[in-house]
Amino acid sequence: MSRLELKELYAGFRDAGVIKALSKQISKEAERLCEPLCIMEVCGGHTHTIMKYGLKQLLPQSIEFVHGPGCPVCIMPKERIDQAIALSGMKNLILVTLGDMLYVPGSLSTLAKERAQGCDVRALYSPMDALAIALQNPDKTVVYFAIGFETTTPMTAALLQQAQEKGIKNLLFHINHVLVPPAVDAIMQDGEARVNAFIAPSHVSVISGAKIYRGICENYATPVVVSGFEPVDVMQSIAMIVRQKNEQRCELEIEYSRCVTMEGNLKAQEMIEKYMKPRENFRWRGVGDIPFSALELKVEFEGYDAEKIFASQLPSQEIDDHKLCICAKILKGLANPEECSVFGTACTPNQPLGSCMVSSEGSCNAYYRYAQV
Amino acid sequence: MSQIQLSHGGGGEETNRLIREMFYAHFANDILLAAEDAAVLSVAKNIAFSTDCFTVSPIFFAGGNIGKLAIAGTVNDLSMMGAKPLYLSAGFIIEEGFETAKLEQIVVSMAQELKVSGAKIVCGDTKVVPRGSADQIFITTSGIGGILKPGISANRLNEGDVLILSGDIGRHGAAVLMQREGLGVRGNIQSDCASLWPAVEALLRYDISVSAMRDATRGGLSAVSNEWARQSAVCLELEESAICIDDAVQGICELFGFDALDFANEGTFLIAVKAKDAQRALECLRGVEVSKNAAVIGRITRKKEGRVILHSAHGSSRYLEPPKGELLPRIC
Repeated sequence: MSRLELKELYAGFRDAGVIKALSKQISKEAERLCEPLCIMEVCGGHTHTIMKYGLKQLLPQSIEFVHGPGCPVCIMPKERIDQAIALSGMKNLILVTLGDMLYVPGSLSTLAKERAQGCDVRALYSPMDALAIALQNPDKTVVYFAIGFETTTPMTAALLQQAQEKGIKNLLFHINHVLVPPAVDAIMQDGEARVNAFIAPSHVSVISGAKIYRGICENYATPVVVSGFEPVDVMQSIAMIVRQKNEQRCELEIEYSRCVTMEGNLKAQEMIEKYMKPRENFRWRGVGDIPFSALELKVEFEGYDAEKIFASQLPSQEIDDHKLCICAKILKGLANPEECSVFGTACTPNQPLGSCMVSSEGSCNAYYRYAQV
Repeated sequence: MSQIQLSHGGGGEETNRLIREMFYAHFANDILLAAEDAAVLSVAKNIAFSTDCFTVSPIFFAGGNIGKLAIAGTVNDLSMMGAKPLYLSAGFIIEEGFETAKLEQIVVSMAQELKVSGAKIVCGDTKVVPRGSADQIFITTSGIGGILKPGISANRLNEGDVLILSGDIGRHGAAVLMQREGLGVRGNIQSDCASLWPAVEALLRYDISVSAMRDATRGGLSAVSNEWARQSAVCLELEESAICIDDAVQGICELFGFDALDFANEGTFLIAVKAKDAQRALECLRGVEVSKNAAVIGRITRKKEGRVILHSAHGSSRYLEPPKGELLPRIC
C-alpha cells in the first residue's frame, strides 16, 4: 500500500482549474436566480477561506456572504475572559487554554498581559498536553479553560476521561463549549437577518452529523450545505445552493462527503453526553442570552468543575463591548467589518477592541489579514 | 574541561585557555592571533557594517546550529548591500555548565561557514553567566564588508523591476518549529540556513543591475515584501503559484495553521532587478548551489503604493499583509 501524503488531502481541493470551472458554472446558473442569494457561512473558518482565496471576486454580484457567529473565541463574553484572568491570578494555579484565547480582551486585561506579569498561563497545541502539565506539577492546580464548538468538545471529554482513569486530581475544567444550531436559531428568530441560505461547517458535523441542521432547514425554509474548508469545497457548496434555489428546493445537503454523514461520530457524541449537559443559559458576545446553547459538566463531575469549585472567587458581572465596536452586528450578519468605524484603525490584530479582530477565525481578522484588492 | 564554568569568563588563566584552545584554534588568522585590544584593519573606502544577536532555541536544529546561523546571518546582511563580507566580531554569552563539546561543535560550524564567504573573525568576547541567567548560549556577530556595487537599496526600487526569489520559502521557521518541545511532529525538513555571498557574488560578477536585495528572515517573505513596498512607496505584485514551498513545510502549515509566507528563512533572499537583466540574473543564480531554485515571482508596479498584492492562480487577488502578533519567539 502506498503511503498517503498530506498534500493529497488538500492539493486537489485548491486546484486553480477546478475553482475557475466552478466559478464559471456558478455565474451561469446564478443568472436564473429569482432573488439575490444571501449566504451565511456560519463558521469563521469558512470566512477565512472566502477571504484568503478571494472567492468573492469569482462570484456574481447576486451572491453575497454574511459572516455568522461561528468563532468560539469571538462569541466569548468578556465576563468569561475575566473569569479566566481571575483563575490565572490564583496562587499555585496553572491556566492552560488554546492559543487565541490569550489575546482576547476581558474588561481590563488579557491572559497574555497577565502572563507577562508573572501568572502561569500556557497555550496548548493539543488539550491532551494538559495531562502532562498536571502530572509534572502535582503540587499545583491546572485549570483547562475549554473553548470551542461541537468540534473540540469530544477532546475535552476525552481529557476528562483520561484524568479520571489515571487518577489525576489536580486537573480542573472551566467549560465554555458552545453549540451551533441554537446560535443560528437565535439569529434567524431575531427577524433582522437577511439570510436565505447556509454554509455549515464540516468539522462540527464530522462529530455531530449533518442531522443537527435539519431544524434550521425546515423552520426557515433555507438550503443548508455542510461544506469542507478548502476553496473547491466552498465553491462546490455555493454551486449546490444555487442549484437548490433554482430548483426551488430547501434541503440539507452534504458537500463534505469525505468525512460527514447524517449521523456523525456516535462514539464522540456518547463521550460528550457522558460528561456534559446543556446549560440553561449562555450569554454570547454580541448575540446575547441564548438558552441551551452551551454545555457544562454534569453534576456528578462537579469535582472537576473549576466554575463550581471557585464560584465564590470568580467575577460574574456581565460586561458589554466597547461602544464603538460593532462585533454584535457583524456576528448577526447585519454589518461587514469594513463598516466599523474603528476597523483597521483603533482596532487591529495587535490591539483588538472587539473579539472578531482577535481570533484567527474572526471575520474582522480575516478582512484585515486578507484585504481584497 | 567538560563544562563551561564561571571561571572561563573571569579573565584569568581559564579564560585564556578557552580562548587559545577553542577560539584561536578554530578561527585562526593573523589579525585575531595578534591578540591586541582591538583588531587593526585596512579596508576600502566604502564599507557596510551590520550586527545581529542569535538566541535561537533549540541551539541545534536540522540543517544547522546557532553558530552556523550567527555567521550566515551577518554575512547575509552584508551581502544584501552588495558588500563582500570581510571581518566579523563574535561575542559569546554562555550559561554556566554548558558542555564544552557542544561549544566546540558550534565553533567548528562557525569556522566552516566562514569559509563559504572567506570572511574572518578578527575579534571577540566571551562572558559566562550563572546558571539560569541565560539559556545555554547566545551569540552576537558584527561584521564589515567592502561594498563592491554601491547604490543597492531597499529605498530605490523602481517601477518595472522584476522580483526574483532565490529558492523555496519557510524551511528555517518550519525546522525550528518542528523541533520545539511538545509539538510531537517529525519530518524531513532542513533549515535553509546558509551564506548567500556566493549567489550575490555571481550577480555582481556578471554586473546584473540589481536594485535591492534582502534576505527573508523573521517575518518571512510577507515581512520583506511589505518593508520594500513601504520603503520605496511602490507596489509589489506577486504571483502566488510562482512562490515555491516544500511539501513538508506546507504540511506543517496545514497542521498548525501557519502560513509559509510568514515563516523565517535564513538562506533565501528576494532580489529586485531591472527587467532587461531578469533572465541573466536567473541564469546566474541558478548556477550557484544556494540559489539553484531561483524563480521570478513578481514585479514592481504603481498599482497601490506601499502595498503588496498577491495574485492567485485561479484569478483572484488580495493584499499580503505583514505578519501580526506573536510569531515564533527565538527563531534566530
